[in-house]
Amino acid sequence: MMSGEFIAFMGIALVAVIGGVLLLNLSNVMHMMVALVFTFVSIAGIYVLLSAEFVAAVQILIYAGAITIIMLFGIMLTRHEDTSEAPGSSWRKFAVFLGVLGFAAVLYFGIYNLDLPQMENTLHEKNTMQIGEALYSKFVIPFELTSVLLLVALIGSIMLAKKDDEKEGDKE
Amino acid sequence: MSGVPASAFLSLALILFCIGLYGALTKRNTVIVLVSIELMLNAVNINLVTFSKYGMMPNITGQVFALFAMSVAAAEAAVGLAILFALYRNKKSVNIDEMDAMKN
Repeated sequence: MMSGEFIAFMGIALVAVIGGVLLLNLSNVMHMMVALVFTFVSIAGIYVLLSAEFVAAVQILIYAGAITIIMLFGIMLTRHEDTSEAPGSSWRKFAVFLGVLGFAAVLYFGIYNLDLPQMENTLHEKNTMQIGEALYSKFVIPFELTSVLLLVALIGSIMLAKKDDEKEGDKE
Repeated sequence: MSGVPASAFLSLALILFCIGLYGALTKRNTVIVLVSIELMLNAVNINLVTFSKYGMMPNITGQVFALFAMSVAAAEAAVGLAILFALYRNKKSVNIDEMDAMKN
């Protein structure tokens, strides 16, 4: 029984995993970021399948838009040409690969036959309205604290990224 | 209400998390390491939204928590990149093996 939803899931999941694998295997850093955009957009598609339309829109805005661009700034403002490998890194990569594979195997053993009965839910109708009501009634204090967190992150990153002191600025 | 089983979503999230973990542990460019961490956070968000739909009591709370996780991840990316710029000004390199100022 291949329902349309399952076919859509398989296609989106394939694009997401291919994007992730390309992120690991490409050598040009710019191409890595393009592969990552594919992964982020397909994760937004996964959210739509999970009846979370608002989260999907936020995913595209924040990840495919903002975080990709800020990481591209980070790549372009720094030196990224040298891709020389450190000696002995292939052994380390192999060890890390084995470790990650073991981790994945253990977790997959835990979830592969997890059969959750799907309850009736109303998540797909007026999804954004439900999120808004939850944010402004039940989660209003974390919501306000998030604004403080973002302000702290803004000021902190400006303080970290600006020139250290005046004397260093005069020397240039 | 047929369709995709919950374990399929969880497996996809597991694969993406492992790709992010491998990238964060092996890549030598610090920007790519930060990006891999973002990929891991995304995989965890998939899990949150999955259980928001497939859990015992389907609830909007999982999606709200995913939104909070996204905002914290965005703040973390900004601060991480600012630290990277400060390091780059001192060391003229983004190679993560050379960032060992607190060693020795």
